[in-house]
Amino acid sequence: MEATLKSIAAPGAIEPASRETLVLSVPAIVCGGCIRTVESTLRSLTGVEAVRANLSTRRVSVSIDPAKTSLVALTTALKAAGFPAAELAGNAKSDAALKTSELLPRVGVAGFAAANIMLLSVSVWSGKGSDMDSSVATLFHWLSALIALPAIGYAGMPFFRSAISALSARRLNMDVPISLGVILATVMSLFQTMRGSEQVYFDAATTLLFFLLIGRTLDEQMRVRARGAAENLLSLKAINATVIAGDGTTNIIPARSLVPGSRILVAAGEKVAGDGFVVTGASEIDESLLTGETAPRTVLAGDHVHAGTVNGGGVLTVQITSADDNTLLTEIGRLMLAAEQNRSRYVLLADRAAQLYAPAVHVLGLLTFTGWMLTGAGWELSLTHAIAVLIITCPCALALAVPAVQVAAMSRLFNKGVIVKAADGLERLAEIDSIVFDKTGTLTTGHMQLTNAEAVEPAVLKRAASLAVSSRHPYAQALVRAAAQAGLDLQTVEGVTEVPGSGLTTTAAGYEERLGSALWVKATAGNDMASLWYARAGRQPVAFTFSDELRDDAAQCVGALQQAGYAVELLSGDRQSAVEQTAQATGLQHWTAEIRPDQKLERIGAIAASGRKALMVGDGLNDAPALAGGHASLSPASAVDIAQTAADAVFQGEHLSPVIEILKTAKAARRMSLQNFAIAILYNLAFVPLAMAGYVTPLVAALAMSSSSIIVTANALRLRSMALDLPKAGVAS
Amino acid sequence: MTSLAWLLPAALLLGSIGLAGFLWALRSGQFDDLEGAGWRVISDDEIVERSSAEAVPTTPRARDV
Repeated sequence: MEATLKSIAAPGAIEPASRETLVLSVPAIVCGGCIRTVESTLRSLTGVEAVRANLSTRRVSVSIDPAKTSLVALTTALKAAGFPAAELAGNAKSDAALKTSELLPRVGVAGFAAANIMLLSVSVWSGKGSDMDSSVATLFHWLSALIALPAIGYAGMPFFRSAISALSARRLNMDVPISLGVILATVMSLFQTMRGSEQVYFDAATTLLFFLLIGRTLDEQMRVRARGAAENLLSLKAINATVIAGDGTTNIIPARSLVPGSRILVAAGEKVAGDGFVVTGASEIDESLLTGETAPRTVLAGDHVHAGTVNGGGVLTVQITSADDNTLLTEIGRLMLAAEQNRSRYVLLADRAAQLYAPAVHVLGLLTFTGWMLTGAGWELSLTHAIAVLIITCPCALALAVPAVQVAAMSRLFNKGVIVKAADGLERLAEIDSIVFDKTGTLTTGHMQLTNAEAVEPAVLKRAASLAVSSRHPYAQALVRAAAQAGLDLQTVEGVTEVPGSGLTTTAAGYEERLGSALWVKATAGNDMASLWYARAGRQPVAFTFSDELRDDAAQCVGALQQAGYAVELLSGDRQSAVEQTAQATGLQHWTAEIRPDQKLERIGAIAASGRKALMVGDGLNDAPALAGGHASLSPASAVDIAQTAADAVFQGEHLSPVIEILKTAKAARRMSLQNFAIAILYNLAFVPLAMAGYVTPLVAALAMSSSSIIVTANALRLRSMALDLPKAGVAS
Repeated sequence: MTSLAWLLPAALLLGSIGLAGFLWALRSGQFDDLEGAGWRVISDDEIVERSSAEAVPTTPRARDV
């Protein structure tokens, strides 16, 4: 046991290599000056060998000598300089980031090829009107082929791969018609070049790939940015643990290096770093993120505590147990897994379009071929016209239609502090018609607020708050805030002792004063709502009542949502009276209190069964299954990590208005995707008959392809700055 | 028409120089931090950082954040 603890305590023992590169998330890097401060702070530490801060990703990469310094030393120094930091929770370089770095060189190559081939093609087209020799035209076609073949092989690879994997799974996606169109165009152009004919489509094929790659890169980059921001948020939730070694010495280590059997010290106000039971000490634990209950729970030796809960006033020694015997977490995990399976059945809008589009295109190509064969045009001419149809219908506008809108929507939301984690989340958010809110931490800020300040004499409030200054208890802190709001100056009271689970006491004024629970002050007068009492020896105890403070705009947002026709309800694990109060304050008619995590999920399931699409908004561990089970889900950035992981989008800040902004943007994005589909279909309606009739020349193909792509992209970009209204509930038309 | 014999290769060569430049920039991490680089120009102690980085030549440049 002692040996285990020693090995945790010495960071050098974990990593034998002499140099280690750490990637820290530092969200406070917002300007050039920050880069300098962060880099010079880290560089001044011993054992730090190289530092590079990145302003775009808000991350710092540090090379350290593990024998001389540790992660904790780095984060402590940064925190002292005003930059809270944490090691990245996930992999430093995520899969998505790798994908982008793979896509960008392909964009470059496709762009180079498209530009050069277009120059050659323009010469050939303009040469037709003048005296260009047919041998020169053939030379230009050969040159185009020389550039196009390797470029298409390299730049088209992502589409070919995706098409093959879709086909081998017996599915059709947008990449199938794209790949088919590009490959057939290339092969036919090569064949025509050999024959010295004019139907050469190298320019169309490379331009097509160039546009499509730009769309795909933008899409990937937005996703990487969103994921990076989500990772940064989550990393900051990671906490350090103070481990007590066998000989009584303490060491600070990252919480995720804790092993079962370790003993940790949890100071007043600190987060509990792992699941375990209390060995010594007594305190109150704020479990609101776990259960939704706002009133803290009193814990004594032998009681279980959970990771992520906040310790109140007392100091605790906790023995860490493995997560396996933690019934709550395993139960939540099981529920989430089951709930998430519903969601994977969702089919993306673009894929749904592809399922209709791809067969239609191929049938049209086949019809063209057979039609021309029947007129006796010969197989060669028939094939040329059929391939022209495939090139014209190659869904450039269609494949750009949705990604362009989604990139615009996600960057619009990103600028407003909302991180949308995946494109399918955005599409599901657009279909919402009912909204389920959690109470604590979602509709409310999770901070306590004194509700009967005007019923208490200012002198009493002032004295009680002066005592309360020395406590970390949420009620005590709420009392201090209320006194500050009332403009009262607090006195310094010396000799205040806190009895965890009971309250505060002092005899500084020459008589005994107590602040705490009803039992602690021996209050007898019945006031069930009161949570905190102040008593002065020989006088009647004074009661204080508290409620969870609503977010500033909670009532306004709920009102706006209800007015727009959304069915809004409140599900909370908190007490009946507390939930009723919140429901009344926000104008909610439907609410349920004292509900367990599985019952929340059941309720979400019932909403889905009635044919409605529910949006779950929650922040606690108890909301996690419902977040995973909802048609879409949101969580505030203050939520537990498991809730943020389950949610489709995370919103930052103290307000609830991002919920409305998300719904607006998601619905507008859906509307614009459909508009773009309409544009793409109109384009096809105009050009496909021409192609089938054999009137499409390479010039027409190149012009049509580029103009339709530019139109859908320009349409999508409008979303970034458009003023939006909250649409009525249900699917936007 | 003989001018084509050198004009075409010259055009393609210039184009490929541009492409090679882009690929080099991509690979050497020039696009890793689009916002920070502008600020580093006006930061005073950048020169100090360079020289201290050169003092430990074995250190790989910390990037790819």
